[in-house]
Amino acid sequence: MEQHSVIIYILLAIVVTNLIRVTPMFFIKGQIKNRFVRSFLYYVPYVTLAVMTFPDMVMTTPTPLPGVIALLAGVVAAWFRLGLFPVAVICCIVTYLLI
Amino acid sequence: MVRNGTSDVLLGLRIGIPIAMGYLAVAFSLGIIAAKAGLTAPEGFLSSFFTRASAGEYGTYMLVAAQAAYVEVVAMCLVANLRYMLMSAALSQKIAPGTSWLHRILMACCVTDEIFGISIAHPGYTPPAYTYAAALLSSLFWAMGCAGGIIAGSLLPQPMVTALSMSLYGMFLAIILPPARSDRHVLYALVASFVLSGLCAVAPVVSGWSSGMRTVVLTIVISAVAAWLKPVRTEGDGAA
Repeated sequence: MEQHSVIIYILLAIVVTNLIRVTPMFFIKGQIKNRFVRSFLYYVPYVTLAVMTFPDMVMTTPTPLPGVIALLAGVVAAWFRLGLFPVAVICCIVTYLLI
Repeated sequence: MVRNGTSDVLLGLRIGIPIAMGYLAVAFSLGIIAAKAGLTAPEGFLSSFFTRASAGEYGTYMLVAAQAAYVEVVAMCLVANLRYMLMSAALSQKIAPGTSWLHRILMACCVTDEIFGISIAHPGYTPPAYTYAAALLSSLFWAMGCAGGIIAGSLLPQPMVTALSMSLYGMFLAIILPPARSDRHVLYALVASFVLSGLCAVAPVVSGWSSGMRTVVLTIVISAVAAWLKPVRTEGDGAA
């Protein structure tokens, strides 16, 4: 099987991501009225980030346990609204101390 | 439509500084992941400068690492960045009537969670120069952070690289959990996401799919079910 090109992956990501941004300027006049579409778009960012975080976070460490503990520490820190940077630092430190 | 161009630029640059600092840190951990996928520093710089999407870029680099099909990158970018569509729709309301199409398109391209936030917060119609200044400054730092992460990723010892690559997940957690405290339907959606995502990683058949494919399918299914069971009330948008 032939190797895929990094450049093509990058170009696709650039084109698709920016098309998503530009499309509403052409097609949407005013607010989106459909309740289901609005609700769907409301949940998408949370669900997609959650799905990307687990189980990937646990599979990043050489064995799952440090990943699980870092995940729990991150969840607690984020729950108490410590902010993006502190939560990230806590996950890094916990992982580093355990691996 | 730019009434007082210079002051709009200065205001945009000033508000862009804290955003740029945050971007530098996030993009650094993104760069470590991009390095694992085999990107060079210039590739990471250009990719980050023109994409400017943490979740979308992370998904893309994971797919590059897996040498996934190109169509999976398209599907991943569509789903991971769907919220930008909503943000652009909202931003279109903040652009003065009579503004040229070129400005509308360029302003839409500037949309990230943070740039959208500061553009919407501008009183009255948002001058394009203000958005451009903040977006350009923060994008440069975003791209430099990614390139820096790619370079550092190959120099630092392995345990440190593993630890640093956890920071992106930490930031994802910091984005999704605080809203779950105030909206329990978001909390239910998150719990369902974690459980189903974990199950799908080990379940027969589904675990054979690429992680990008699983992300896309799970996001669409869980968000659709959540929207169907618990539709949002009249106000509020999807800005995370």
